[in-house]
Amino acid sequence: MKKNIGQKPFYTSHQGHPDDICPLTLTSATQELFGCRYDGDVTRDNPYKILRKEDILQDLRNRAAVSDFSPVKQLVLAYPEDELLLVYDRDFIYGSSFYLVLTVEGKDRHLMPIVAEVGEEALEREPSDVFAAQKTPEPRPWISLGSEQEIEEESVTDSRPRLKCRISRVRRAFGAPVFFSDRNAAETKDGFIECTPYQDKIFSLKQMERHCGVQAIPNCNSSSTQTPWTYPKNMCTQYEPREFSKEEKENCLQSEELKHFISLAVSRLEVAIQQNEIADVFFDDWKALSEDDGGYAGKADSHLKEYQSFTDLHFSQEKTISNISWHPTISGVIAVAMTERLSFEDRINASTKLLLNPSLILFWSFSDPINPQLLLECPDDVFSFEFCPSDPNIIVGSCMNGQVVLWDISAHVERLQGTRSNTRDNETSVVRYCAVSSIEHGHKAPVTDIQWLPETFEVSRMGVPMENKSGMCVQIVTCAPDCCLMFWDIRAPRVAFQNMADQRKQKVEEKPLENPDGVPNTFKHLNLTWKPLFRVCPRLVNIPAIHSPNWGLNGSQTPNLFSDNLFFLPQDGELVYTDWKLEKDDSGRLFSVKPSHRFTIHDGLVNTVRRSPFFKDIVLTVGGWTFAIWKEGVMNGPIIHSSCSQRKCTVGYWSQSRPAVFYIGKEDGNLEVWDLLEKTHEPSQTQNITTAPITCIKPWIISSKQHLLAVSDHLGTLHILEIPWTLRSPCSNEKLSVNKYFEKEVDRLVYFDKRREMRTKEKKNMDAEELRKKMVRQRSQISKWILIIICLVGTYSVVKYIPGKLYFFLTYLD
Amino acid sequence: QAEVEETLKRIQTHKGVIGTIVVNAEGIPIRTTLDNSTTVQYAGLLHQLTMKARSTVRDIDPQNDLTFLRIRSKKHEIMVAPDKEYMLIVIQNPSE
Repeated sequence: MKKNIGQKPFYTSHQGHPDDICPLTLTSATQELFGCRYDGDVTRDNPYKILRKEDILQDLRNRAAVSDFSPVKQLVLAYPEDELLLVYDRDFIYGSSFYLVLTVEGKDRHLMPIVAEVGEEALEREPSDVFAAQKTPEPRPWISLGSEQEIEEESVTDSRPRLKCRISRVRRAFGAPVFFSDRNAAETKDGFIECTPYQDKIFSLKQMERHCGVQAIPNCNSSSTQTPWTYPKNMCTQYEPREFSKEEKENCLQSEELKHFISLAVSRLEVAIQQNEIADVFFDDWKALSEDDGGYAGKADSHLKEYQSFTDLHFSQEKTISNISWHPTISGVIAVAMTERLSFEDRINASTKLLLNPSLILFWSFSDPINPQLLLECPDDVFSFEFCPSDPNIIVGSCMNGQVVLWDISAHVERLQGTRSNTRDNETSVVRYCAVSSIEHGHKAPVTDIQWLPETFEVSRMGVPMENKSGMCVQIVTCAPDCCLMFWDIRAPRVAFQNMADQRKQKVEEKPLENPDGVPNTFKHLNLTWKPLFRVCPRLVNIPAIHSPNWGLNGSQTPNLFSDNLFFLPQDGELVYTDWKLEKDDSGRLFSVKPSHRFTIHDGLVNTVRRSPFFKDIVLTVGGWTFAIWKEGVMNGPIIHSSCSQRKCTVGYWSQSRPAVFYIGKEDGNLEVWDLLEKTHEPSQTQNITTAPITCIKPWIISSKQHLLAVSDHLGTLHILEIPWTLRSPCSNEKLSVNKYFEKEVDRLVYFDKRREMRTKEKKNMDAEELRKKMVRQRSQISKWILIIICLVGTYSVVKYIPGKLYFFLTYLD
Repeated sequence: QAEVEETLKRIQTHKGVIGTIVVNAEGIPIRTTLDNSTTVQYAGLLHQLTMKARSTVRDIDPQNDLTFLRIRSKKHEIMVAPDKEYMLIVIQNPSE
């Protein structure tokens, strides 16, 4: 097939091939004829074939129009030389498989590169000819490919001639004064041009294109299940540890392996046990050392330093302090009860004068040593008063006339706390009592001691201790020398009948505003009608007066642990220990049981019974010239009984922080500090506080660094002493040591009792022996005489007569 | 068997020793000087602890093994001598 070679075969520049060649397609017959077959005679590497002009012309003559060379007939004829070059165009660069080079120069040029290549190879061997072979490129005319149009477009040229303007003005106008006037822009139309904002669409761009990232993930599938919700059930398991039966244990014990194991293990164990025996590795010797040293510190350290002293010129003249009480919550506030320093007779004589001088309880605060902070007015001299442990604003006091008084100081608490400024008012406020007990139902003698029941307890009408659910102290116990013990309840009495309730309600409603003397209405329900809940009158053989009961109510949680026993101190120095539960006798009336134990060891009035704060069953009693320590449960006697001292002991109190220390106040104003671990036959130190007898001692712990001791004397002065470090910090294992000491003492008591028993028994035995011996001797004497008489009378007959007796006599004569 | 008794008695009479328990490999007490409930409690708990301690020691070094375990508490010291088949527990109060 002949290809259409091109419209303008030779001479146009747009043909794509140079002028001097002509693309040709040769048929296979022509190829065979001329010996230029594909991939046979002519290959890629050797595409050149020289054809003779005459051969081509011959072919043209032979095949005329059919010949492949017919389009180039004229050119072939015009060819100057004899040989033409036919190049195999394998890659169809010029459009056909072959092309014929039509000019001699072309032929040379085609063939030349081969030579040139060869020449280059030769040139490589001769580097000196390198530059000669390279020709500088000759400049050729620029062929436009259309880029000059773009450049023309880009260049900036004047599209029209430039305009010229000339502006002129009269010279006169330059520099002339200018007169400005105002003109409202809105007056004239078109006075102003508004540039209203408008929404320019340029800026509301719509994002047509967006870059997105896509990530392929594996297939996800979400699914859900629901478990059926059955109701929750309680489940429990009970298990038991596995144990071996006796036989199995025996088996094991007998096995050889066990023996072997034991022999191995014991060696290791013994090492460890002995290590522990030798020394306790984890014991901190350094710390322990410091505690022991404190005991040997200089005497100066153990002195009780005077911290402060309170006397009031107004109120404490001619008066003595009967009781001290620290305020339980406000630190630095202490209350003292002032009583007249008169004996009973003097009281009667001066009763009119006394009525005008009211009795008071003074509140002192450390911040003000001159003026008392608060005064509580009492109907009569107060012997004992106590703050309510659960509500420190309630104070109960017991008076000389047998009444029990209640105060409520909630209105004045701020003043006590010292939150108000000192300069505000200098006069101390007087608080009147808010309730007194009824005189008929109260004690018939001065009430000597009063105590709150702990907040977990209460006692029913029948005297049965019950649990107090309200968590507040509601009951009080009082005692008086009329040998009665009374329990009082500060709650309003429950009403039995409805009518009574109405009546009472009316009464209460009638006087709601009555509030004389600014007394709070806290205990209005009790005022003047207060009756004791029940009373206990222990049956004692002679009727002594009860001076002061004291039982350390343990504050235990359940009424079962409430100690039903208490110590009484009748007036003549006896100590009574009894159970205060009421029992029913045959007629159904309640009566108290007989006291279980009575002891007479103090030779004077016993004024103090105090439980130790560390040991629940150790009690200190102070009276007369001695003091004694008792242990509950040991009924033989006191476990420690001090020797008689020179002066009467007036009061005693245990130390709050050291189990072995207690303080004894003396008649001559001395304060004795007894340390049971140091000395038991005399006080470890004595210090003179005042010249008058000491009436009350109360220690108090302000902070861990400051322990104070309040001591009051007969002259009405309150001394506050600071307890030094040696007396307030316990030494190591002090409680244990003291406990051991007490146990030893108990053992001693028991031993003594046993010995005493033994001795009495022995004595009895000995007496019996002696008596028997005497009798025997007497008898033997008599027998001697009888024998002699018998002998005198006639032995034989006597012998015969009384054979048995003779034997008896004879043996005794031996 | 008398030897075993004697040895155990000897340990018990050391100063401060509160109790001695012999336990088998499964934690079942074989012989004890304490009451039953205490024994069972000690045996169970200490058995587990000893197993754990032993496994700890062996985890760190498989060629090692636990020979003795001492637990010191505020009040007393518990000493455990473990073995393949038995375990001897002694409770001692060192500060007496």
